[in-house]
Amino acid sequence: MTEGEAAPPAASDASEAAAVPAALVEWTKSDRQIRREADLRRRARRSTSVATASTIVVVTAVVVLVTASPGWPRVQETFFNPSQFVEGLPDVWRGFLLNVKIFLIAEPLILILGLVVALVRTLRSPVFFPLRAVAVFYTDTFRGIPTILLIYLVGFGIPALALQGAPSDPVTLGIIALVLSYGAYVAEVFRSGIESVHPSQRAAARSLALSHGQTMRYVVVPQAVRRVIPPLLNDFVSLQKDTALVAVLGPLEALRQASIHAAETFNYTPYLCAALLFIALTVPMARLTDHLAARTARRQMAGGHL
Amino acid sequence: MSLLTVEGVWKNYHHHSVLRGIDLEVAPHEVVCLIGASGSGKSTLLRCVNLLETIDDGSIYLDGSEITDVRTDPDDVRRRIGMVFQSFNLFPHMTVLDNVTLAPRKVHKTRSDQAEAEARELLARFGLADKAGEYPDRLSGGQQQRVAIVRSLATQPRLLLLDEVTSALDPTLVTEVLAVIRELKDAGMTMIIATHEMSFARDIADAVCFLEGGVLLEHGPPEQIFTAPEHPRTRGFLQRVLDAGRL
Repeated sequence: MTEGEAAPPAASDASEAAAVPAALVEWTKSDRQIRREADLRRRARRSTSVATASTIVVVTAVVVLVTASPGWPRVQETFFNPSQFVEGLPDVWRGFLLNVKIFLIAEPLILILGLVVALVRTLRSPVFFPLRAVAVFYTDTFRGIPTILLIYLVGFGIPALALQGAPSDPVTLGIIALVLSYGAYVAEVFRSGIESVHPSQRAAARSLALSHGQTMRYVVVPQAVRRVIPPLLNDFVSLQKDTALVAVLGPLEALRQASIHAAETFNYTPYLCAALLFIALTVPMARLTDHLAARTARRQMAGGHL
Repeated sequence: MSLLTVEGVWKNYHHHSVLRGIDLEVAPHEVVCLIGASGSGKSTLLRCVNLLETIDDGSIYLDGSEITDVRTDPDDVRRRIGMVFQSFNLFPHMTVLDNVTLAPRKVHKTRSDQAEAEARELLARFGLADKAGEYPDRLSGGQQQRVAIVRSLATQPRLLLLDEVTSALDPTLVTEVLAVIRELKDAGMTMIIATHEMSFARDIADAVCFLEGGVLLEHGPPEQIFTAPEHPRTRGFLQRVLDAGRL
């Protein structure tokens, strides 16, 4: 236990003085420890070779099984055609940039909408009853509607209203639909984070005369956000690939470009291009999520409050 | 005139009464210790005084005005009352300095540099000067509780409520927290202290209240309560404490 030197006199601890000062005892590894470490190294080498062998066996089995199947030459021609790949890639890549753009615009809007809805649900004053009811209705219904259905409804429904100033651009409409759909999920993630902050934190803040809003802003939400970063990133990964659903409204994003190519050449290799591009985007995000989740778990193991 | 007056306060949870008509007066600069078994209502009484719980009957007056009036702004009351909790309840995402300056900056609208200077002064006074930049989980329990006390003092409350502030501490760390409370008494702070530390209560209190089953059974100077309790239940409780070797 580290004690501040300026601690009150009562804090000094007599029992510590009786122990042998740690610096005077030199540690030399015992034979037993040396043997133990040698055993551990041997075991680690063995695990590595077993893992390598089993990986080779599994991969070989899968490759043999797939390539030996009767339809493989056809599949290879239509899905893994190198020249089609090279031909399709530039267009699919250009389309993919639009997916990235949709993602980058939608994500911050989703975070804002989700947090606002989650905060509205924490309000207790009767004045806010209508707002709270709207928030509950929103999260309940929009989590229930399949995203692709929502994209159709927004994409064809809003222009049909023929309102003055209503957006008609398919990309904008697609973003609106994605924001509405994911906002409901993210609101629930934020709400679970807010509820996971122990009530004693709120009691401490309120006892300092902080208002409900100040308590939320300075004490509860900062702790809640830290806790929900891994599940939020998981939703981001999901959103990145769901940007492809906007294809149904017609903008030239990756999936749409790939299907145009496929329709022209009767070759599906461009779909593979699109799939690989999405994987290249989502895999790093998934690894980051794992890393952050592991870090949170480590902190909790260490007995910290975070 | 008394600083705090509690009059016939009742508190119910699901048809079970936790406080049954509590009456209590606390004079300025007085230190009142609440003793009694766990569940006797000590903590609930403190939480009612701080309006963290709403009461079901009776009234509470602070500085002569009723704070349990429905038109009272609870935040205005809490500005004048500090509270320290059994489990410290420091904000884990803020440094010690930010924990201490939060209420002065956001509630009392003190300028940041001034709030910081005052906080550093208070931390130094309680031997925590070198901990200002640390996060709470880097501190020992005793240090965390001292920080929590400093945090509640930073807004210069008229009354300090201490809710079993040493119960979560390692026995070797209890003394450093008690030393802080003693210093506050010497500085003239009015305090209500719910505690299981009987020898400390006997030593520091101007008045001791014994609670059992939500009733304030006995109220008097410590010498009387600890040496010649009138109520047989007080005697029984103190005997149990004595048997457990805690007095």
